[in-house]
Amino acid sequence: MDKKKKNKVVSYNKWGYVFLLPFIIVYLVFQMIPLFSTIIYSFFEYYDDGLDMVGPTFKGLGNYIKLFANGDLFIYAGNTLIMWILGFIPQIIVSLLLAAWFSNPRMRLKCAGFFKTVIYLPNLIMASAFAMLFFTLFSKGGPVNSILLDLGWIDEAYAFLDHEWSARGLVAFMNFLMWFGNTTILLMAGMMGIDTALFEAAEVDGATSTQVFFRISLPLLRPILVYVLITSLIGGLQMFDVPQILTKGTGNPLMGSRLTTMTLIMNLNRHLSVSKNYGMAGTLSVLLFIITAILSFLVFKISTRKD
Amino acid sequence: MQAYDNRTSKGLGIGVRRIIAYIVLIFLTFLCLFWFYVLFINATRSNANLSKGFTPLPGGNFLENWKNMREGKLPVFNGMLNSFFVASCSAILSTYFSTMTAFAIHAYNFKFKNAIFTFILMIMTIPTQVTALGFIRLVDNMGLMNTFIPLIVPSIAAPVCFFYMKQYMESTLPLAFIEAARIDGSSEFHTFNFIVLPMMKPAIAVQAIFTFVGSWNNYFTPALVLTSDDKKKTLPILIAQLRAADWLKFDMGQVYMLIAFSIFPVIVVYLLLSRFIVQGVALGGVKG
Repeated sequence: MDKKKKNKVVSYNKWGYVFLLPFIIVYLVFQMIPLFSTIIYSFFEYYDDGLDMVGPTFKGLGNYIKLFANGDLFIYAGNTLIMWILGFIPQIIVSLLLAAWFSNPRMRLKCAGFFKTVIYLPNLIMASAFAMLFFTLFSKGGPVNSILLDLGWIDEAYAFLDHEWSARGLVAFMNFLMWFGNTTILLMAGMMGIDTALFEAAEVDGATSTQVFFRISLPLLRPILVYVLITSLIGGLQMFDVPQILTKGTGNPLMGSRLTTMTLIMNLNRHLSVSKNYGMAGTLSVLLFIITAILSFLVFKISTRKD
Repeated sequence: MQAYDNRTSKGLGIGVRRIIAYIVLIFLTFLCLFWFYVLFINATRSNANLSKGFTPLPGGNFLENWKNMREGKLPVFNGMLNSFFVASCSAILSTYFSTMTAFAIHAYNFKFKNAIFTFILMIMTIPTQVTALGFIRLVDNMGLMNTFIPLIVPSIAAPVCFFYMKQYMESTLPLAFIEAARIDGSSEFHTFNFIVLPMMKPAIAVQAIFTFVGSWNNYFTPALVLTSDDKKKTLPILIAQLRAADWLKFDMGQVYMLIAFSIFPVIVVYLLLSRFIVQGVALGGVKG
């Protein structure tokens, strides 16, 4: 009797494998195999010289040495990092402020639902269309210049997209707009989770709101802040749509000058679709994979620490 | 209550802080909405009118711009249909199979269960771009370039969607339900389809929206897969083509109309479902 029951349970548990099967098969085919072949490509010289494909010829670590010896990688990594930081700093400050206000019952903010709806909106907008919109709005003859001229704030139209820092600034500003609402909502969820008894105790002890924020909320939010930081960095490394559309894929606001808005993924995209240099594309991918894998591992550690 | 407030808030008074909060919030609202307002205004104005500078009121050229866009070079309606088809299929496959995967981990005990769960959590934040090279080569070798299959089928394995479903299941699906269904003679597959799925409806709705929007907005992978036939391209690729063309030659009213055409459907859907979506984001975050 006992044995029969046990067999029955085991036979039910077989269904666990059946239900997992679709995920595993699709993951193996469309993620695992591509990952391995990407790694393999990274060791080969294999590119389109304009007429034919050259290679594939095994080069060992040749591509890696080439990638690091050629300084371009660091320029693209620097561009990506700069634009990410320029967007992330205002993003985290504004989000913390808003989350503190929204979750503070004494503020009793009216229309909180409306504001939350509005600040999350840009996150859902098609990044490529949003970038195209900014391109037209900030172009030399566009509405932003026209408004600034009418207000008398500038004397002549400014070509935002032709200058290094205004182009970078626009990319960062768009990233900020697209992500601060999301971060606010995540931080709010974290703040709601803090035991209200702590706030009450602080109030009894006569702490000011500023003290409560810096001495209680912020330290208790640290895990979620680290989570936001790392996931945002992973997102930042993937920066593509906005600078790609804004600069027409050139990563070059000043025609003929330095590539100041070319990001890592834009460079990968060039290797994949323009120059068809599969060897270097593989090398760059492996590098990005290693960095994101380390960052992902940190996220995993943070999110599972409590359990 | 008021007296209590005044007594406890040293530093800035609560009233002053509330005013500052409103000013900042109104400024941020302006930053979020201004661009879409200008987009709406400009989509209703003619090219000649647009070149004269910005006006805060809409013009009367909306229908004309719409007609020009429809008859223009870029097959935008095809683009929208393609985007809609790919996004809908992805949303359906992703939510159905992620729920199934979550159910496998939630309801059964088997070897490697914990290892598989840990593995999925670890790969959750690894971006698809880093395997794009291998992916494109594979798709090419399978003869699937310029088809929608490589954009739809991979959404069956969606770690983020899976994780959300697993979290939701832990709080709403007691194993006793499944036991009860077994006693009533329901097969496991039947239990999943007719008992588990209906109970997961709220979570499925949230994730369906996110997957749909993610797929609708996706530019990187579709641009690598859909390369030859303009009629098979999705909206983000057409937008990029518009940018790549010499845009000064374009009728700007038409350009604004096309951008509005790509952005406004999502805004309308969002406004209808916003409460739902904002809650969903909060639930998806890590436990603090």
